[in-house]
Amino acid sequence: MGEAPGADAPFGLLAELTHRCPLRCGYCSNPVDLVGRGDELDTATWCSVFDQARALGVLQVHLSGGEPLARKDLPELVGHAAGLGCYVNLVTSGLGLTPERLAGIDHVQLSVQDADEAGANRIAGVKAFGAKLRAAEVVREAGLPLTVNVVLHRLNLDHVGGIVALAERMGADRLELANTQYYGWALRNRAALLPTEEQLARAGEVVADAQARLAQVMEIVYVIADYHEAHPKPCMHGWGARQLTVAPNGDVLPCPAAGVIEGLGVENVRDRPLADIWYSSPAFTAFRGYEWMREPCRSCARREVDFGGCRCQAFQLTGDAAATDPVCTLSPHRGVVDAILAGGPTEVGHRAVVR
Amino acid sequence: MTGFDAVPRLRRGVKAAFDETRDSHVVLFPEGVLVLNETAAAVVSLCDGRTSVEGIALKLAERFDGVEADDVAELVARLVARRVVDVDG
Ligand SMILES: C[S@@+](CC[C@H](N)C(=O)[O-])C[C@H]1O[C@@H](n2cnc3c(N)ncnc32)[C@H](O)[C@@H]1O
Ligand code: SF4
Ligand code: SF4
Repeated sequence: MGEAPGADAPFGLLAELTHRCPLRCGYCSNPVDLVGRGDELDTATWCSVFDQARALGVLQVHLSGGEPLARKDLPELVGHAAGLGCYVNLVTSGLGLTPERLAGIDHVQLSVQDADEAGANRIAGVKAFGAKLRAAEVVREAGLPLTVNVVLHRLNLDHVGGIVALAERMGADRLELANTQYYGWALRNRAALLPTEEQLARAGEVVADAQARLAQVMEIVYVIADYHEAHPKPCMHGWGARQLTVAPNGDVLPCPAAGVIEGLGVENVRDRPLADIWYSSPAFTAFRGYEWMREPCRSCARREVDFGGCRCQAFQLTGDAAATDPVCTLSPHRGVVDAILAGGPTEVGHRAVVR
Repeated sequence: MTGFDAVPRLRRGVKAAFDETRDSHVVLFPEGVLVLNETAAAVVSLCDGRTSVEGIALKLAERFDGVEADDVAELVARLVARRVVDVDG
């Protein structure tokens, strides 16, 4: 297969089928430069992407976006991925979910915005709360495992107890509570979304209690707020190590945010086979392994734990994608993060609509 | 550790499969993928909701040398921790 030394086969493909979405979440991590409908890959090309991904070693296909249900050909795409023996995970806002559309899907991740209707609609920019409750019922009736995903920020962190109760009512097997990661629209709305230390401390306690109380019923995964931590997150478990993302237009990326890094050398599935891109495209080899690291990461004992953090975050906050993630207290740029944390809140805006 | 009477079964949403690319048995579940060695694959195939840990060890002993119920119990405990299997009893 012409493997470059050091690169293992990927396990997961994040297929961003479209950037179209009926919601307009102010925290959305989709790129600010959204791909329009006219530039989306067609059905046959997506099927070929799945074929190539499976041949490359991909076993899990995450169908996401934007809103994957906005693709009319979703049943065909699901059927194709499932037919290859892949585990098919639908990542959805739930709008437009029907029993028919669940055929071939192994697991559903349903996003919810807040504990109650008013809060949820405020951040989503549209009325979507009721549809989500119905979507959860549809998933349960189909007998599929359900994960409820909630992105946490200043406007909903104080409601985390109510959010846990809502997930229980929805019959979730898992609840993922993820503090906002600042990419795309979330980066633009960061000042409005950043929580206070006190909010995070209180929410942390509520989550720990719920985890202990519900251990046998519902697994609760809590993703911490990295700006407030001393060390960065182990982003993607290492660059180009386990997963790849294909954007709606066919761009192949090490993570969904990587398009922001200037000069990365992103390649497209319309131009080159997926395996070649995974093993040898500059976008994937640039930060694979440890060779690219400089000090303080290069000689740091934690480099195998956190891989020096997130390349996109390093680029966004320092202008240099090869820098230590500035969240790290060992980074000479940590002051940038502290200055952001010291800034005051603003009004939240919404994601743009894409057609 | 899991007891010898415990009866493991694959959790809802977990699929066992064979991956030609890696030439290995795997389990696929919402959080990820586990690549199994031969013994682990044999144990997983017997996590059917009917066979106890002790029963699994007896069946495996017919195919592999030196299988101890302790080893099976430990492996099942690890699969429980990864939320791949559930146990009754
Ligand atoms: C971009 S969305 C696309 C799928 C679908 N529209 C949805 O929202 O569920 C994919 C997942 O990322 C989560 N997400 C969105 N923005 C995020 C952010 N800034 N930080 C962390 N997770 C985010 C969503 O909650 C969802 O579970
Ligand atoms: S996070 Fe919200 S706006 Fe972004 S794709 Fe999902 S539902 Fe749409
Ligand atoms: S210096 Fe680099 S490797 Fe060490 S903790 Fe900070 S980010 Fe991680």
